[in-house]
Order: sequence, then structure tokens, then C-alpha cells
Amino acid sequence: MESPQFFKRGPGLFARLVFFVLLSLSLMAVDSRFQHLAQIRSGVATVIYPLQKLVVLPIALYHRAGDFFSTQSQLIEDLAALKSARLEDSSQLQRYLALEAENRHLRDLLGMRQRVDAAAVNATAAEILYLPQDPFSRKITLDQGSQAGLVSGQVVMDGVGVIGQITRVFPWLSEVTLITDKDHSVPVQVQRNGLRSVVFGSGEANDGGEAGGLEMRYLAVSADIQQGDLLVTSGIDGLYPPGLPVAVVTGIERNAAYAFARIKCTPAAGVGNNRQVLILSPLPAAAPPPLAPAEAQPKNKKTKRIR
Amino acid sequence: MPNNPPKQEILLPAKIGVILLSLTLALIFNLLPFSGTALLLRPDFVALGLLYWSINQPQKIGMGAAFVFGLLMDVANASVLGQHALAYSVMTFAALLFHRRMRMFGLRQQAAQAGLLLLVAQCVMLLTGLLAGASFPGLGYFLASATGALVWPPLSLLLRLPQHPKIDPDAL
Repeated sequence: MESPQFFKRGPGLFARLVFFVLLSLSLMAVDSRFQHLAQIRSGVATVIYPLQKLVVLPIALYHRAGDFFSTQSQLIEDLAALKSARLEDSSQLQRYLALEAENRHLRDLLGMRQRVDAAAVNATAAEILYLPQDPFSRKITLDQGSQAGLVSGQVVMDGVGVIGQITRVFPWLSEVTLITDKDHSVPVQVQRNGLRSVVFGSGEANDGGEAGGLEMRYLAVSADIQQGDLLVTSGIDGLYPPGLPVAVVTGIERNAAYAFARIKCTPAAGVGNNRQVLILSPLPAAAPPPLAPAEAQPKNKKTKRIR
Repeated sequence: MPNNPPKQEILLPAKIGVILLSLTLALIFNLLPFSGTALLLRPDFVALGLLYWSINQPQKIGMGAAFVFGLLMDVANASVLGQHALAYSVMTFAALLFHRRMRMFGLRQQAAQAGLLLLVAQCVMLLTGLLAGASFPGLGYFLASATGALVWPPLSLLLRLPQHPKIDPDAL
């Protein structure tokens, strides 16, 4: 199998290895530290987009065929269930509207700023295209991208709670970093007593292959937190709308030897449960945080003017 | 098949189109939406394809192709750009280093060696993941190399099919 001499390429095997190793190492360094490679990534993503679509095509067809062949009695049953659910929801919604009006009125009386209007946040629906299979990061890919007006930083949730945040947008796809990704943080509040904290993704893979866990760090051993507490977004970051369920506390380890309690949580929403997700539109930009006491003065005036 | 050295057969040279098609199919197989245990057991088909071609057609598929397909895998997998590229480059380097020796063995012995090479790629990937701060995904992570070794003999036979010379029916 010895080839003629003129087919041999110049550099030797080892030189080529060194070249490619250095190239990929520098790619990795640039990709993890800077944002310069977004164009390359977007180009490559467009190249493999047809392949990704092709792969999920049979599954999509299967679902569509299932939808097509659903029986009439099934549809009638579904309709009845949905109607009764809607009745229940509408009674709750009316109460909610009344409470919201009352809350606005009370805030006016107290002279507080109005909360960010949750109704102003509208949502786009998207479907999970597939779950990428990297054991080192927790991400999912959605079937909508910058063509549908998505931008990175938007919050993704399902019917139950927060799933994650869009981190990369391609023309027809977008990547969502799950809240369970290592060191992904969400500012939360314990629903029971309003205790504020930040919940971090632990990034650990569990056997289900699905989402790992979450943990609350830097909470004192004596903090008032119980097993089964629901954590909701606090909204103080101006990114997540307040009040969305994030996680449930599943394990607390209070060891006086450490400064902080170890608190394990599991995400409220499940990525494996449903294919449809909601992408929330970005919140109106919050006022920038005061930098120094000297700058705080004009900001207060501004707040008053808005009100 | 187990007799050593294997039955030598003169094969036609592989067409570059066939090689690229097989690697694209491998990429599609890698993109299949598995999860859970099936995902752990799924061999890395792109790595297997690159390994097969770099051993059997080292003039056509080398580290450059490995690097390019690694980048494609990186983007598809939403991992750090260069992670698969590095792993595949190192694996292909080892394959190119040993390709003459490996071709002397039968498919079963080759399978064990291919499994080792796949393990090298997985170790490189694990190392980059750990350096990036990820936690160890558990020993089950290495199962993919074992299943890759199991898949090697049938995959080799399959990829060899288009290279068999057409038998002239008029020849005696």
C-alpha cells in the first residue's frame, strides 16, 4: 500500500498532531473566554441544521400521525376536560385580577413602585428539538432562532416552572442552558417566608441522563428553610419575572462544622416531561444599580418622576 | 475470520464520496435523540468511522478530516468548540501511527484495539471537560468505548462492501 512519492504530503505525522492539538486548544480557549467565535459556530450550525432536522423528522412524523389518527371520542373527552379546566382557571383568574387591582391600589397608597407587570411579559412557544448529549454540560436545543426574534438571555419555562435561559441563538435554532448547568445561577425567594437567595446548578449528571440537581449556597446553618419549600424567582435581577417556580428543596444538611448549610433542590420543571416550552420576552430594562451614594440622589428623583 | 493473518483480498480503492457519505451517516446516527442508558451505551459513530477510514485509507482520511468532523460534533453537541476536534485528532494520530500493524489482525483483534483508541478519545474529552470545571460523569461514561469495540467487526464488514471488486460473470 506504499503510495507514490508525490502523493505524500509535506509535514510529518507528529508535526500534524502538534498543529491540530494547538489549533483545537486555542479554539477552546477562545471559545470559553471570548465571544469571537459566534460567527463560526453559527455557520457550522447552519451546515448541520438539515441533518438535525432529518434526524428528528421520523419522530415528528410519528407524533403528527398520532395526532391525525386520534379518535373522535378521544377528542370529545379532551374537549370536555379542557372546558372544565378552563372554567376552574377562569374563576381563579378573576380572583387574581381582583387581587392585582387591589395590590396596585395598595402600592399606590403606600407610595411604592409598581411591580413589573407580569401581563406585559408575553411568551412565544417553541419545541425542544433535541437534547444534546454532552455529559459535561446541561443544554437543550429549541427549534426557533433569531428568525423568530429570539435573543440570548431570554428565559425559557414550561407549564410548571423555569427551565433555563437562551444562551446561543442561530438562525433557526437556539441553545438553552438549563438551570441545572454547572454554576448557572437563578435569584430565588422561598415562597413560604420570602427568604432571598441564589440557587446554583450543581452540574452533576444523574442516572436519568436528564437534569441534575440544584443547590443553595451561602445560607447560614440557622436559616429558616424546610424540606419541601418551593423556591420562586425573586425578580431582583431584572431578568427573570418574579414568582415563577424554580425548584423544590429536597435535602438539608445542617452541620455546625461548616459556615453554611448544604441545601439540595430539584428543579420544579422537567425537561423530559414535555416537548413544548415557553420563551418569555425580555423584561423592560431595569434601572441601573446605583454606583455610589453620590449617584443615588438623581436616580431617586427619576423614580419619582416615572411614578 | 479468526485465522491469523486474515484472508487477504484485493479491494478496490474507496471512493472519497463513499467515505464522506459514511461519515455523514455516522454524524446523523450521533445526532439521534437518545437519552438515559441508551445514550450511555451508544457508540460514537463518527469516531468509529474516522477510525475505520484512517486505518484502511490513511491517504484519504487523516487528522484534518478528524478535526473538521470534531468541530461539527462540537456544534451539534453544544459543547466547547474544539473539544471533540481535539479528541478526534489525537485518536486519529494514534490510528495513523498503528494502522499498518492493525491491518495485520483479524476483525476481532482489531475490535479490541479500536476500543482502546476510542477510549483514548474519550479520555481526552473527559480531560478537557474536567479542566473546564465539569464534574466526573461516572464510570458508565466509558461504556461507549466498549460498545464501540463490539460494533467494530460488523461496521468494518459494512464499510468494506462497496470496495469488493465486481465479479465479471463472463470470466472463467
